[in-house]
Amino acid sequence: MSVEVTNPRSGRAIANRIMVYTFLLLAAALFLMPLAAMVFTSLKSMPEITGAVGFENNTILTPPRAPTLEAWSTAWSSACIAVACDGLRVYFWNSIVMVVFAVTLSVGLGAVNGYILAKWRFRGDNIIFGMLLFGCFIPFQIVLIPMARLLGILDMAGTLSGLIFVHMCYGIPFTTLFFRNFYVTIPDELIKAGRIDGAGFWSIFLLILVPVSWPIFVVSIIWQFTNVWNDFLFGASFAGADARPLMVALNNLVNTSTGTKAYNVDMAGAMIAALPTILVYVVGGRYFVRGLTSGAVKG
Amino acid sequence: MRLLRNYVPQLTLLPSLILVAITVYGFIALTMVLSLTRSKMLPRFDRWEGFSNYLKVWNHPRWEVALENFAIFGILYIGGTLLIGLVLAIFLDQRIRIEGSLRTIYLYPMALSFIVTGVAWQWIMSPDLGLERAFHIWGWESFRFDWIKQSDLAIYCVVIAGVWQASGFVMALFLAALRGVNQEILSAARMDGASGPSIYWHIIIPALRPAFLTAIVVQGHLAIKSYDLVVALTRGGPGFSTELPSTFMYEFTFSRNEMALGASSAVMMLVLVMVLIVPYLYSELRNER
Repeated sequence: MSVEVTNPRSGRAIANRIMVYTFLLLAAALFLMPLAAMVFTSLKSMPEITGAVGFENNTILTPPRAPTLEAWSTAWSSACIAVACDGLRVYFWNSIVMVVFAVTLSVGLGAVNGYILAKWRFRGDNIIFGMLLFGCFIPFQIVLIPMARLLGILDMAGTLSGLIFVHMCYGIPFTTLFFRNFYVTIPDELIKAGRIDGAGFWSIFLLILVPVSWPIFVVSIIWQFTNVWNDFLFGASFAGADARPLMVALNNLVNTSTGTKAYNVDMAGAMIAALPTILVYVVGGRYFVRGLTSGAVKG
Repeated sequence: MRLLRNYVPQLTLLPSLILVAITVYGFIALTMVLSLTRSKMLPRFDRWEGFSNYLKVWNHPRWEVALENFAIFGILYIGGTLLIGLVLAIFLDQRIRIEGSLRTIYLYPMALSFIVTGVAWQWIMSPDLGLERAFHIWGWESFRFDWIKQSDLAIYCVVIAGVWQASGFVMALFLAALRGVNQEILSAARMDGASGPSIYWHIIIPALRPAFLTAIVVQGHLAIKSYDLVVALTRGGPGFSTELPSTFMYEFTFSRNEMALGASSAVMMLVLVMVLIVPYLYSELRNER
């Protein structure tokens, strides 16, 4: 809804339009600036970055004059992280494995939970929902120490399966919230009709509800994917050297490198870490926004 | 068997409930208990310290810095994202032709991890090769932007990066709310001769109250939790000048083997979140009935 200030044809209206567009485009340039700096830097050689002879007037926002993918390949396969010099690729695969299992488990469980809380009402179900919801908001620092012990007891300390377990536990409140709020909007008649036809608990879910709930599956998968992929706290706290996820490795690459800082490799590493979520955002933007506004927010 | 079948829903829910009961509620309780012990590197429950751990944290110079930074960061981050988000939403709501692409641009930082954001901004704000040098080359010789190296200004660098990352999210919230403002009230106001700005000031912005509340709660809660951004951007430095409660907790628990102090600081963070969240959740759940 917009408010017409004056007659759209008047000079003042046109001046207003120009002002609005200028402001919006300027803002867009500011939002894009860091991405441009990252991409440009990742494609430059070090002399071009430091302004060596021949490149004196280069800034972080100057497009690369001699674009090269060398920094990308270094970041991917030979940059030194702690003692190993195998680049980010190992950690990239760690993150992929972690995301696939953590997302599948938490979304699957959340779907069933949401179905039960929305369609099989029982005494106290609202209290249970409220208690689950609370899990979305706790600062995770409050669970770090006991979780480290539990992973030790379960013999999962430092492993990828331990990390998957952690992400599953703290993903369930969110996915349950998404599915419960979606299934509440589906008419109960659909369930009743199914029961009359003799469908049971599982067949109602699998045959009637799952086929119509793909939008909320997409929202939950995108939400969980971005959260698990982008997580740093759990990865830094619980992952051993072999199970480190990409974000922890990226931080180690950038913040503990010795000798001259290779900014182009740092930026290429950051881009490698950012590309999967950017891709998901570009492809599924609408669902991403829906997850953000409905999930992070309200019941 | 029959009886069992009647409880299929509850039984199916049970595993998740047990998991959450242990890993959320059980762990909160355990951390609270730990905060009263004398645990150092390992948890131990045989020597009790009482509430003196909280006093120790409270009087620790690093915690003082952490709280002060949290206040600066929290207020500027929430205020900044709200202001920029609101302005962008109002401007985008003027029948802009390229609204879709602009929205995508404003919101993409939200898809990045705080680590990527921190790494990118650390590079942009580095004085020797980043923006400062760019301005020098563009002809503004006296331009100074070395905040990231100055202990009293580095926290504002964290604010800048955070606001850049999250403003688009607030914009999306406000834009959705703007589209939901009652059209009849607006045309009535227009008939009464109200001008554009005064319609915004007196009718539309007050109508966005729920969106404001949501944005403040979500951003406030993100501000309390934020950890990754500081780690990637400044590593808490220079010195410990950009310490936040979250970095304090991590440092004392995992690097200094002061588990009880770490647990106490985590409990204080939880209390901060609760103060913000509980009234909000309560009103949300009550409205739903």
